[in-house]
Amino acid sequence: MHDRLLSPYHPGGSRMHRMPAGLKAGGAAALVVAVVLLPRDAWAGYAACAAFLALVAALARIPGRVLARRILLLEPFVLGVAALSLAQQGGGRVFLAMLAKSTLCLCTMVLLSGTTRFSDLLRVLWRLRVPALLVTSLALMYRYLSVLMDEAARMTRARRSRTFSAGRGLAWRGSATVAAQLFVRSSERAERVYAAMCARGWRT
Amino acid sequence: MHIPDGFLDAHTAVAAGLLSAAGLGVALRRVRRVLPARRIPLIGLAAAFVFAAQMLNFPVAGGTSGHLIGAVLAAVLLGASASVLVMSSVIILQCFLFADGGLTALGANLFNMALVAPVVGYGVYRFVRRLAGGGLRSTLLATGFAAWCSTVAAAVACAGELAASGTVVWRVAFPAMAGVHIIIGLGEALITVLVVAAVARARPELLHEPAPSDGWRRYASVAAYGLLLALGLVVFVAPVASPWPDGLLRVAERLGFAPRAVGPLVRAPFAHYAVPGLGAGARSTALAGAVGAVVAFALAWVAARLLTPRGARRAAEKAVPGA
Repeated sequence: MHDRLLSPYHPGGSRMHRMPAGLKAGGAAALVVAVVLLPRDAWAGYAACAAFLALVAALARIPGRVLARRILLLEPFVLGVAALSLAQQGGGRVFLAMLAKSTLCLCTMVLLSGTTRFSDLLRVLWRLRVPALLVTSLALMYRYLSVLMDEAARMTRARRSRTFSAGRGLAWRGSATVAAQLFVRSSERAERVYAAMCARGWRT
Repeated sequence: MHIPDGFLDAHTAVAAGLLSAAGLGVALRRVRRVLPARRIPLIGLAAAFVFAAQMLNFPVAGGTSGHLIGAVLAAVLLGASASVLVMSSVIILQCFLFADGGLTALGANLFNMALVAPVVGYGVYRFVRRLAGGGLRSTLLATGFAAWCSTVAAAVACAGELAASGTVVWRVAFPAMAGVHIIIGLGEALITVLVVAAVARARPELLHEPAPSDGWRRYASVAAYGLLLALGLVVFVAPVASPWPDGLLRVAERLGFAPRAVGPLVRAPFAHYAVPGLGAGARSTALAGAVGAVVAFALAWVAARLLTPRGARRAAEKAVPGA
């Protein structure tokens, strides 16, 4: 479950996968900006973007099932914000237009992360002169995300197998203790990571 | 609270992007100056920790569950500037890897959750802790109240951005966002207090203690954050929340070209500014906010009292001669 959630990258050797990451990221950003800047009633424009995205998905040979699952996972958040606009005068059209816009942008970003490794995207950020401290932090975060999630899952399982009460208060204190322990462990891990980085000749 | 693409107009998106880039710059400078080199990997690992901790479930009622946001938790554990970097890493990764939060809304999301939330939270934390007089109990009290304040502040900033973009009118956005987050903030406060208390029990030396003051530099960073937050307030919240027509409109009226030149552009928002001004919705939301603040403070106080270990108190009493 964690694996599927944590790796949106869909391995493959298609033309879209082999394209340089900078080009893909730039193209995705341009498409997103274009969709956002389209006037609210430009349904022809939306349709054109959707057709283009469908073409990209076909070229990337990512199964529709995989794409649909990721998009449906995120659509509730979009709906939640869009629903706010329903409560005002003439909100129905605003609602539909925004739903279309954000779904198109969502598809674009899902396709980008499906065809591009996150480490390649980080290299693009590095080349764009994003400060080193931020890129290093992002890279370390990405590297240790699954490690810490697994650690949290292990600790949660261990706690569940030892506490049999269904009390809510106990559940809160238990989860909080797991979170605290997770922080202690990540802080200790950070020290080991630093030692390893120094051993490999890392400099600030 | 992640704003997707397509909900912000160009002005708001660009303004929020500039503000959060400036805030990130201040945080990077500050962290590079203050953080010892051996703690640098901790920023990345703490970001992974916040992300993993957000996945832990806290059952609420009827099968629903809440989760941590983590800005104040990171600020209490690592300090304000490091927390800005940690939350920024979380939000950038969520945007690029999981498409959670839009690319064009990245600046706004960073501003709300990686600048407003940690900076407001840390400010409240330091203020309340100083008033309450130090010690574990006042740390926990300050943590809880700060967590509530930071959640509500981020929600208000989000509502302001949506309203400034003309997507959702302020009368709808403000009560909806603030109202929901007044409640969510209570959960955030309780979770944050519980986690900080557990860290304090296991490894008290891991709680962040501000470095001895390095003179004007520290005040410079405080001033920079304050300036950025004030600018955000002016750009996003003030124009939409003000019950008076703004200066430009008044000038236009006085010069007499309002009906023709500005008419069609202005009529829609003007209807909402009409005599009731901030409608009943906004006023009762403000009232709910005041009640929420009192409840959050009481909750934090009770939690801090319950969670301070007895042993620590007795030891402190013993340490005072004659007590």
